[in-house]
Amino acid sequence: MTDKSMTKVDTSRRNILKGGAAAAVITLAPGVTLRTVEAAVTGPATNAKRWGMLIDANAPSDVWDIAVEACKAEQGWGKDEAHANPATDPQWIRKVNIKDPKTGAKASLPVMCQHCANPPCVDVCPTGASMKRADGIVLVDKHICIGCRYCMMACPYSCRSFVHEDVHGQRPHMPRGKGTVEACTLCVHRVDKGQQPACVEAISKMGSDAMIFGDLNDPKSEIAQAVSKYVTQRIRSDLGVEPGIHYRGI
Amino acid sequence: MAADTTVYKEIDGKGGDYFSLVGWLGLMIAAGLASVYYMEHHGHVVTGMTNAVVWGTPHVFAVFLIVAASGALNIASISSVFGKYHYKPLARLSAVTAIALLAGGLMVLVLDLGRPDRLIVAMTKYNFKSIFAWNIYLYTGFFVIVVAYLWMMMERRMVPHSKKAGLLAFVWRLALTTGTGSIFGFLVARPGYDAAIMAPMFIAMSFSFGLAFFIILVSVTYRASGRPLGDLILFKMRNLLGIFIAAALYFTVAQHLTNLYAAEHTGIEAFILMDGGIYTFLFWVVQIGLGSLFPLALLFNPATGRRCQGIIVASLLVIIGGLAQMYVIIIGGQAFPMPMFPGMEVSSSFFDGVVHSYAPSLPEVVLGLSGVATTLLIIAVAIKYLPLLPTSLSDAKVDPHHAPKD
Repeated sequence: MTDKSMTKVDTSRRNILKGGAAAAVITLAPGVTLRTVEAAVTGPATNAKRWGMLIDANAPSDVWDIAVEACKAEQGWGKDEAHANPATDPQWIRKVNIKDPKTGAKASLPVMCQHCANPPCVDVCPTGASMKRADGIVLVDKHICIGCRYCMMACPYSCRSFVHEDVHGQRPHMPRGKGTVEACTLCVHRVDKGQQPACVEAISKMGSDAMIFGDLNDPKSEIAQAVSKYVTQRIRSDLGVEPGIHYRGI
Repeated sequence: MAADTTVYKEIDGKGGDYFSLVGWLGLMIAAGLASVYYMEHHGHVVTGMTNAVVWGTPHVFAVFLIVAASGALNIASISSVFGKYHYKPLARLSAVTAIALLAGGLMVLVLDLGRPDRLIVAMTKYNFKSIFAWNIYLYTGFFVIVVAYLWMMMERRMVPHSKKAGLLAFVWRLALTTGTGSIFGFLVARPGYDAAIMAPMFIAMSFSFGLAFFIILVSVTYRASGRPLGDLILFKMRNLLGIFIAAALYFTVAQHLTNLYAAEHTGIEAFILMDGGIYTFLFWVVQIGLGSLFPLALLFNPATGRRCQGIIVASLLVIIGGLAQMYVIIIGGQAFPMPMFPGMEVSSSFFDGVVHSYAPSLPEVVLGLSGVATTLLIIAVAIKYLPLLPTSLSDAKVDPHHAPKD
């Protein structure tokens, strides 16, 4: 049943992905051309893959600041908001500090869209703007998001942001729009080119393996081997939403 | 039967009072639209809403009106479906009130969207797993069914079929309110919601809010138009309102008792019932005290319950209490922090682990009130141009067998 629903979700995305498979120049009108410069797409998203992450909450907490900054730089959020109000500014990824009140034990961990296998945001979205790709990446189609914010009510992780005002400094691969909802895309534009999400890359450049990204379905992948070796946790696993983001040390 | 002899007539609506009422309502709607323009132009940053409290005052008004809409249809249902002929003369007005309340509520809901210009998207693209998407069908279906029902009641040839239409409308309205309650009931992650009781509780609330609104509407309209309104129908509605207030109260008690029993939910219960500040105040003082217990006392105390003013005041309090209840459910449920790490102290730059603050902004309140104004304007226009109101609701007209008191 899950496979079937995943395939259904996937079909509307395939053509877009196919279209990006090679560099192309489309003539829209005399003298006006649309250039597609992003090239190497690894193929249509399929449910053969299940993208996920393993995050080590025992890592020094300052690495998560680097992850957050890398996301901002990559996706173009968190800058230039005219009103700069932390209650209304978007946060696609954030550092969350937790403390056991009984023992005093502390940990910090990054929280972003958990890319659930059974995402409540996708369930509740009236138009289907919240959707899950076959490979498990949960996205918002900003063309059909009506800004009802029901997905934000439903997300167990408070991982979505509503664009409360005009946005500036948008990145070409990540158009954003006032009045719509946005969240971590797992850097789908990079993943489709065979790259790592920006946060993971930024941390690994520092020599840290606190964030591992990969295909959970591939037994040979580093992440699949790690999650089979260590007991990992997923936030609010009691809800049965099957997040793709695993944690160690919480 | 009494219904057969009822004479329905449009209100005169030519006096200065009528036109000044329509003018004021028009002004309020214009102010609401100006608020929408302001909010859409600048973005929701100019409202009190945030990334944590994503539904604000507009939703309090919108959900209240939508819930009251299905309740307002009750008078028609009681006459058509349950055969209580006393209510028959008010069935037409009941149907129109239901339509008007739903229209006012939906207007607010739609105009608060981040992209209200994409309403057509909501009408053409559906995710059928979404209760919101079901509701779009339930709302539009309600309009169609109630308009058809109204037509059958008003068109003499169709009157014999109106009972079937009334039954359909009754079933539909139960589904509609179930859908509205389930918007919250289906939110699995938030401790303030995630409960099947939301659906029946919203149905009980709809009975109460809708009838309270209807009682005020009937009383004021009959007084303003100089038509006789007898105690019989008023007292019947009073008794009914008392039962509905008690029913809504019962579900509220059951909801909180169940939560209190589970250690998992003591956090949200302590927040709402004890240390939630404005939410605790609104719950105990406005929803329970002023909005439920005090109206019950007013309705069933002979000194106040046998006077039109007493019943109107009680109905008004039910509406105020209802708005407070919506505020506690909608805003309070979001203000309470999401339990991402149960048992842990949580903090972040995104306000994890803390009670989220929310203060209604003026544009939000004006938009909400413009929904009420829209409802009232629709009713005001409808009763002027359609024969909806009986010329008399005197005791003798409502019930020919009624023995006049000496």
